[in-house]
Amino acid sequence: MNWLKIKNLQAVPLSHIPRLATDELVENMLDQIHTGKRLVQFFANQSGKDLALYTVLADDADSFLVLAAAEVPRSKSFASMTPSAPACHLFEREIYEDYGIMPAGHPWLKPVRKGIAGIEGGEESYHFFHMAGEEVHEVGVGPIHAGVIEPGHFRFSCTGETVHHLEIELGFQHRGIEKLFIKNRRKPFFLLKLAESIAGDTVIGHTGAFVNALEALSGTRVPLRAESIRAIALELERVAVHLGDLSALSGDVAYLTGHSVFAALRTLATNTSLAICGNRFGRGLLAPGGVYSELTVDVVAKIKSVVDELEEKTELAADVLFASASVLSRFEKTGAVSKKTARELGMVGPAARASGIPIDARADFPYGVYASFPVHAFSLSTGDVFARAYVRYVEILQSLRMIREQVESLPNGKIRRPVTDLRPDHLVVSLTEGWRGEIAHIAITDKRGQLCRYKIKDPSFNNWLALALAVRNEGISDFPLCNKSFNLSYCGFDL
Amino acid sequence: MFELIRLRKKHGDQAIPDLFKANLPTHYCGFPILDESKCPKKCRTCQNICPTGAIEINPLQIDLGKCIFCAECQRSCAHEAIQFSNNHLLGAADRKLLTIATGMTAASYQETAIKARKEIHRLFGRSLKLRQVSAAGCNGCEMELAASNNVNFDMGRFGIDFVASPRHADGIAITGPISKNMAPALHDAYKSVGEPRVVICVGTCAISGGIFSGSSELNRDFFSAIPVDLYIPGCPPHPLTIIRALLKYLGIE
Repeated sequence: MNWLKIKNLQAVPLSHIPRLATDELVENMLDQIHTGKRLVQFFANQSGKDLALYTVLADDADSFLVLAAAEVPRSKSFASMTPSAPACHLFEREIYEDYGIMPAGHPWLKPVRKGIAGIEGGEESYHFFHMAGEEVHEVGVGPIHAGVIEPGHFRFSCTGETVHHLEIELGFQHRGIEKLFIKNRRKPFFLLKLAESIAGDTVIGHTGAFVNALEALSGTRVPLRAESIRAIALELERVAVHLGDLSALSGDVAYLTGHSVFAALRTLATNTSLAICGNRFGRGLLAPGGVYSELTVDVVAKIKSVVDELEEKTELAADVLFASASVLSRFEKTGAVSKKTARELGMVGPAARASGIPIDARADFPYGVYASFPVHAFSLSTGDVFARAYVRYVEILQSLRMIREQVESLPNGKIRRPVTDLRPDHLVVSLTEGWRGEIAHIAITDKRGQLCRYKIKDPSFNNWLALALAVRNEGISDFPLCNKSFNLSYCGFDL
Repeated sequence: MFELIRLRKKHGDQAIPDLFKANLPTHYCGFPILDESKCPKKCRTCQNICPTGAIEINPLQIDLGKCIFCAECQRSCAHEAIQFSNNHLLGAADRKLLTIATGMTAASYQETAIKARKEIHRLFGRSLKLRQVSAAGCNGCEMELAASNNVNFDMGRFGIDFVASPRHADGIAITGPISKNMAPALHDAYKSVGEPRVVICVGTCAISGGIFSGSSELNRDFFSAIPVDLYIPGCPPHPLTIIRALLKYLGIE
C-alpha cells in the first residue's frame, strides 16, 4: 500500500501525498480500518478545478499516521464504507452535504448541519426514524433544552420508560467556521480569535491545535517556556471541565454534596486560568509562536498552592462520591458502551478510555512538552457511566501532577517567537488531546502560502453516536445522566 | 459518614459574601479608558487590528457590543490611547450606550448605562425567572450564565433563576450570534413567554454577531422586530458582570 507515513505536526508537500483512484482509496481504507487503524479524518477539498478526497488514519500503538488522497471521479460518487466500517458514517455524510459527492450505498444518509429537521424545509427533506407498534411512543426534546446548555434535538422511541432508539439531530449551532477560516485567511489575528471560539469550553485544546498547525507549516520553533505554559493551561482546562462534569453527574443522581463541592473546586481551577491570562477559559493566552502571558513568580506560587488544594479536596470528595451506594447504584451498568462498539465507532477521549481503548494523543502522538513528559493513558473496561466518571477523576489527578511537574521545572527564556510565512502547497495534520479527546485540525496551503482549506474535527464528531447507542434499553430518565457522562460539544460538532 | 462530615466541613461556605465588593485581578480586561489626544494623526493601527471592527476613529470610539476584549488594540498602540481597566461593570440598557469615547470613565458610564425603572423593579425586583436560549454560540456565555448560579456567585440569593419552560419565565436571555438553524426556535421561545417579558442579550455574539458577524450562516432578523431590554457585553461576560448588570436593571443595586 502506497500511503504516506507521517507524524503529528509534520508538514508535507502536497506533491508527496499519494494520489490514488477513488476505488483504491476506499479499498485501502477498509483494509486498514479492519486491521486496527483508526479513522482520524476523511474530508473533501476543492482547489480550483481539482476536487479530491483526503484520508488520515492513525496507528495508535506505533505512533504514526498515514495519509492518502484521491481525485473524485466525474460521477461524483464512491462506494460507501459505512456498512462495514461504521466509523465512516458521519465523515461520508459531511462530504456529501458539503461537496455533493455521493457515498453510494450509505445506509443513513441524513443531513449533518444543513436542511436539518425542525427548521424551514427540513421536515420535508428528512424524516426521523420511526418505530411502529402498540405502546410505542416518541419523546422529542430540544433544540432548546431545559438547562443552560447548547441546542440540539433528541428524539426517543420508547415503550413505557424504556428507550429503544435515540436519534440525535444537531446543526443548530452551525456558524460556518471552516468557511470563515478561509474567508479571513489574510487576518492571522482574526483566525486566532476564531479558533478560540470553535468551542468555548475547549479554548486551549482547539487554539492549541491551530497554533501548532501554523508553527508546523512555517517551521517556527516554540520557546520551551511557552510550551510549558501551554501544557499547564491545557491540563488546567481538563481539570476544570472534569471537575464540572463530576459536579453535574452528582447533581443528576441527586447527590447534592458532590454537586456543590465539585462545582466549587471547578471555580478554583477556572480562577487560576483567570490569574494566568485574565480569562477564566484561557482566551487570550495562546499566540502563534508561543504565548501572550508570562508566568510571574506570584502566579507560579498561586498555581502551586491551587494544585495542592485541588488534589487534597478532589481526593476527599471522590472518596465520598465513589463510596456512596446511592451514587454507585445509578452510575454502575448504566449507559454501557462495549469495547467492540467503541472501536467500530472510532470513539476517542475519556469515553473511549472508559470502554477499554487506551488512546490519548498526548501519549500516542506527542507534541510540545508531552514528548519529554510522557502521559500514561488510564483506561477501564466497563464503559458505563461509572467508568466515564472514574476515568475523569483519575485524569484530574494525573493533570494536577503534570501541572506541578511543569511549574517546578519551568524553563527560563522567551515566551514567544515570531511566526514566519507558511510554506506553500503543504498540508499538516495537527492533533491535540483536549479534555473530550482527540482534536484533529488539518491545514492546507495554496501556492502563495495562504490557507486554502482548514478542516476541523472536534472529538464530539466521533462520539455523538456512541451516546445514542449507550441509552438503548435504558430508562429514559437515565438519559441526562448518560448525556452528562459524555458531555459532548454541540458547537464543536456543528462548527 | 465521617468522611462526608469531613468533606462538608472542608467545603465550608463557598458563596462570595458581598458581590458588590468583589473585584477582578488587575490584568482582567474590563471597561476601556480612551484618550484620543494621544493618537497621532491618521493612525489606524487599532482599527486595523481589531478582529470584530469594534473601533472607530475620528473620534476614537470602542463599541462594547462588538468588542471581544482581546486587548490587541491596547497591545498594538504605541501611544497608550487605549487602556483596558479591570472594571467589570459593563451592562447597558440601550445599544447606543455601549459606545465608549474619550473622557468617559467607568463611573460616568455606570451612571448612564442602566437606569433602573420603577415598573421593572415592581414587577421583577423580587423574582426574575429567565429562559436561556443558546443560539449558535461557543458555550462560553452558557458556562458563565450557569456559573452565575453556582455555589460561589449564587445569583439565586437575589431571586434570579433560570427555568426550564418559557411559560414559567419572565423573559429570555439570548447567547450566541443566532444561526439560521436556531432562528425559528428562538422566535418560538420568545413568543411562549407571557407578557410583560424582557429580552436580555448576553455576550458579544448575541449583541452584534461578534467574531461570527461575517458568517453567511446567521439570521439575526429577530432583533429587527423585537426590542432588547438589557445588553451584557463580554466574551464571555464574567459572572460578576452578568449579575451586577441584572441587579442594576432590576433596581436592586
